[in-house]
Amino acid sequence: MDLLSFFSDYTLRTVALGAALLGAVSGSLGTFALLRRQALLGDAMSHAALPGIALAFLVTGSKAPLVILVGAGLAGWLGAWFVIKVTGLTRVKEDSALGLVLSVFFGVGLVLLTWIQRRPDASQAGLDSYLFGQAATLVQKDLVAMAVLGVPALLLMLLFWKELKLLSFDPEFAFSLGYPVRRLDLLLTTLLVVAIVIGLQTVGVVLMSAMLVAPAAAARQWTDRLGVMVLLAALFGAAGGMGGAVLSSSVRRLPTGPTIVLFISALVLVSLLFAPNRGLLWAWFRRLRSRRRLELRAVLEDLHALSLQHEDPYHSHRTAVLRAMSEGHGGADRSLAELESQGLARRVGADRWALTPAGAEEAARWFGGGEGRA
Amino acid sequence: MESDDLNRSTAIDVTDITVAYREKPVLWDIDLQVPRGVLMAIVGPNGAGKTTLLKSILGLVPMAAGNVRIFGRPYAEVRRRVGYVPQRGSVDWDFPTTVLDLVMMGAYGALGWVRRPGRAERQAALDALERVGVRDLAGRQISQLSGGQQQRAFLARALIQDADLYFMDEPFQGVDATTERAIIDILKQFREQGKTVLVVHHDLQTVPEYFDWVILLNVRRIASGPVSEVFTEENLRLAFGGKVGFLSPHEAGSGEHHVLERKGAGD
Repeated sequence: MDLLSFFSDYTLRTVALGAALLGAVSGSLGTFALLRRQALLGDAMSHAALPGIALAFLVTGSKAPLVILVGAGLAGWLGAWFVIKVTGLTRVKEDSALGLVLSVFFGVGLVLLTWIQRRPDASQAGLDSYLFGQAATLVQKDLVAMAVLGVPALLLMLLFWKELKLLSFDPEFAFSLGYPVRRLDLLLTTLLVVAIVIGLQTVGVVLMSAMLVAPAAAARQWTDRLGVMVLLAALFGAAGGMGGAVLSSSVRRLPTGPTIVLFISALVLVSLLFAPNRGLLWAWFRRLRSRRRLELRAVLEDLHALSLQHEDPYHSHRTAVLRAMSEGHGGADRSLAELESQGLARRVGADRWALTPAGAEEAARWFGGGEGRA
Repeated sequence: MESDDLNRSTAIDVTDITVAYREKPVLWDIDLQVPRGVLMAIVGPNGAGKTTLLKSILGLVPMAAGNVRIFGRPYAEVRRRVGYVPQRGSVDWDFPTTVLDLVMMGAYGALGWVRRPGRAERQAALDALERVGVRDLAGRQISQLSGGQQQRAFLARALIQDADLYFMDEPFQGVDATTERAIIDILKQFREQGKTVLVVHHDLQTVPEYFDWVILLNVRRIASGPVSEVFTEENLRLAFGGKVGFLSPHEAGSGEHHVLERKGAGD
């Protein structure tokens, strides 16, 4: 597929735009869910949306996107409400409540969906694509529905930026300032439901929570600013959504949801490994460097100790001795070469090493002793 | 009127506060009057309900019973005049934000809905950081702060609230000596400005030195009042159940307290 056909192909363009939009909305709102440690709530809510989809169809007999999405949204929202009530009123802990709501709602949804599909009429065809998503079925009507829901959600997020930030960082302080924390919580939950709902047709209920969590988790690796994090998460979400959707609609029988999630996971993996400061590679490199520094110090200390024994700060010693002394922290040869390049040690003959005056001074400063003679 | 007079001199008037957690009382029938302009320590053993007392006054914990009046009015009416410094450990210090940003959150109450902090709030935050001695950390990511620096950032956030009454939950917990000094300095400034401060405090030794009022708490109120009258060995034993290894608190304390008072009078 070349660039030209991408822009001229109507279906592909619709699919790409839709997936980008949903990725941007879920990525940016998911950032707040991630920071509030509510990643699992997103999972519960998206699974809880399934019975809503089935019921909306059963009640209205329509598969119009707005009808289905409203049903899904109400059910997802109800799921979140159940989680809050169950944790508040019973001794069930939040993680158990999340698991309960997820499995019960999803189970009911599957039963309803199976029952609908057994019915003789053909009007239900395609409803099961809400499980894993099918981007190829997106048409302009769906795009409009997604925009009608998603754009206001993003605008509300920007409008209440300061409040949502405070809510995510320090809700008790927010309360003490007089902000209605429960209503803000409700606002954020509702925005998350919107983000989930607009992704259902493309990504499906099963994997939708990945669209909330993964872009935000990847973005967190690259920045320490909330604004940048939200922007990056939106970009990652849009890129992953677009890539996955376009690929899955150009290859037959490739479900969109899993493909998008694979794209996003690749972004997460790269971020976890290579991001500066927080990345694993970076941490590994830092550890290595500090170990090298310690090894260097150890060899310098050995040279110093030997010279003290010989009562001559510049007495030279055989490499083998230093190697033996380095047993356990290793790398004596490498450390000696490094000390030489720093002008702290010098080679004497083929196989002996001694401190330089600078090295003796440095060692005396680090390890003490023998200053009087230097 | 007489009650007006009382209102003018009383910062906090709390009656019958009872808080229960699953039928187990955490606070039982607490009455407490705090005059304006005092530094008050809330002292008691672990699980005595010190933090719960703060949070129930602030409405953060539902009360089974009780009545709270602040400056003679319901708390909701005077919220703007009340500042709160939560426990350091209550937030995620890996949150993606800077020290300056965190401090500016103290202005969010005065800003109200939707309005963003601007140049004035920024300047106020920088001044507050200066006052607690960490202005150079303004641009730092908050995860890079030490425990003491975190506490100072929290204190700076409270400073720009410019409240008349402050609640502080364990501000001295796990901080270095310099930070402890910085907090004490701020507390003294508060007293000079006539502000009232309630502090959950762990270190019994420093109570007479740092505070002039105290409440001894162990689910019930054991005693409250001026440190010189209330902070006695007998009351401490009642609050802590005789397990305090404490060398004559009254004697050790009152001397230092006296010194502090003299200094205050000289200023």
